[in-house]
Amino acid sequence: MIRQTKEIIIKYIFFLFSLASIVVLGLIVLSLFREGIPLFSKVSVKDFLFGMEWYPTYDPPSFGIFPLIVGSLIVTLLATLIAVPLGVLAAIYISEIAPQHIKIILKSVIELLAGLPSVVLGFFGMVIVAPWMQETFDLPTGLNIVNASIILALMAIPTISSISEDALYAVPREFKEASYALGATKFETISRVILPAAMSGISTAVMLGMARAIGETMVVLMVAGGAAAIPESLFDSVRPMPASIAAEMGETPFRSLHYQALFAIGIVLFCLTLAFNLIADYVSHKFKQVGSGTL
Amino acid sequence: MQLIKNNSMTWRYFKQGLFFTCVRASALVITLALGGIIFYILYNGLSVINWDFITKPPTDAMTKGGIMPAILGTIYLTLGAIAIGLPLGIASAIYLTEYAKEGRVVRFIKVGINCLAGVPSVVFGLFGLGFFVIFLKFGSSILAGSLTLGFLILPTIIGASEEALKSVPQTFREASLSLGVSKWQTIFRIVLPNALPGILTGSILGIGRAAGETAPIMFTAAAFFTAKLPSSMFDEVMALPYHIYVLATAGTNIEATRPIQYGTVLVLVAVVLGIDLIAIVIRGYMRKNKRW
Repeated sequence: MIRQTKEIIIKYIFFLFSLASIVVLGLIVLSLFREGIPLFSKVSVKDFLFGMEWYPTYDPPSFGIFPLIVGSLIVTLLATLIAVPLGVLAAIYISEIAPQHIKIILKSVIELLAGLPSVVLGFFGMVIVAPWMQETFDLPTGLNIVNASIILALMAIPTISSISEDALYAVPREFKEASYALGATKFETISRVILPAAMSGISTAVMLGMARAIGETMVVLMVAGGAAAIPESLFDSVRPMPASIAAEMGETPFRSLHYQALFAIGIVLFCLTLAFNLIADYVSHKFKQVGSGTL
Repeated sequence: MQLIKNNSMTWRYFKQGLFFTCVRASALVITLALGGIIFYILYNGLSVINWDFITKPPTDAMTKGGIMPAILGTIYLTLGAIAIGLPLGIASAIYLTEYAKEGRVVRFIKVGINCLAGVPSVVFGLFGLGFFVIFLKFGSSILAGSLTLGFLILPTIIGASEEALKSVPQTFREASLSLGVSKWQTIFRIVLPNALPGILTGSILGIGRAAGETAPIMFTAAAFFTAKLPSSMFDEVMALPYHIYVLATAGTNIEATRPIQYGTVLVLVAVVLGIDLIAIVIRGYMRKNKRW
């Protein structure tokens, strides 16, 4: 009896520990709202989200984050355009084509790339890529959308590639064998059988890669240039949301309007990435490949 | 002239060859990118590294001297993050793999973990600032930074621990339970020891991440310069990633500190990739010498 009670108590203790992630998530939301929401008694939500001018230190200040949202989205989209083909093709190479020893090397390369700290990638983009780009293409600045997107893509590739790879491995062997038996080439098997079967996993990978790119801070802070205006070309500077938070938080007075506005940007950023993650989670569960019966 | 018919074997193999070339090219691009980055860092950083660089504090307004306080700060913050993330993460994973039954509660917890894993690092920084620094009044300190980083790596550690616990064969548990051992003792004496190497190697990747993150410690722990080494958990510290960022963007003399920046980048990369490499090597070794 005592032993059973002890077992039950232990079970509930572990249950409480497992709630830690939910509690932290709740605390994140709470602290963001506690510090950020007071802004909206002075600035309307519409002016905040769609205002075209981000002049937080002017008198009177203006807190329109639309250029920052555009900056975030454009950098993320371009990074996705670069990272998705590279990441998915690398995953196909690893799971379907590469010989064993190359497979091991490439997997380590991708793991090491994932391990590079973001500040190091940002530093590389700033000190090596930017001057090179400025000189080669004769630009006013090398710190621009294209540069930031390339570096962001490098950060998103490991996420996209490793999750796609898992999805490709999960495709049942019989699918491939049936396709080969019908006389399909390896390419036809990959493009018409394996890829469609792994599509839900690959979509999840892309969503998570985008979530990673939109929330990444140090790269856009150091490489995107920091101009809070709607860009006119791909070689313009932008100031994505995370960069604004990181760059301005240190200089703003405690609980000023500007400080609250930065937390409010945090809320927007949190909601955006949360949406990406929930969609990814939904896609991976809804269209989960179960055995070979669902295709 | 119809040398190549739409469905002739030649055309089909040509398409295949083209595709394989693209696939190999993308693998090559990724490898070259990593190689290029590492090469530039080594090429520019190696000449700066010497014993004094690693063991001396900075002097002459950061333009000379070493980075010892930043290395020490990063070690403190990482150890703090491990102290918070590892026990919590392992305990969560034990509940999820050993006790929980599939259902709404577990699904809810797992979605929560996934969402936490997706929270941007700068939002973690805001959370640390709003909650630990301001609400709990820790101030900008090792404690606040460690807590923020600890929660940042929590999902990674939970994921790694779950994998490791799941890979312990069910027969181990059944054998133990059939001898009349209680469930808790089975977990503590049989499952956990067998899963521990896997848990640790998986977690190491998260720990590497904690050592390299900048945004979460910017507002919660990091200082540009501290005259003294930290003496308690409530002191601010210098940290390698923040040191790089500040020297490269906001220092008084960006060009003059360039060699120090490269040196610091090299030290940080060596620390982080060194931690990751250990994990990769141990994992390979474990796969070869698996007991079951």
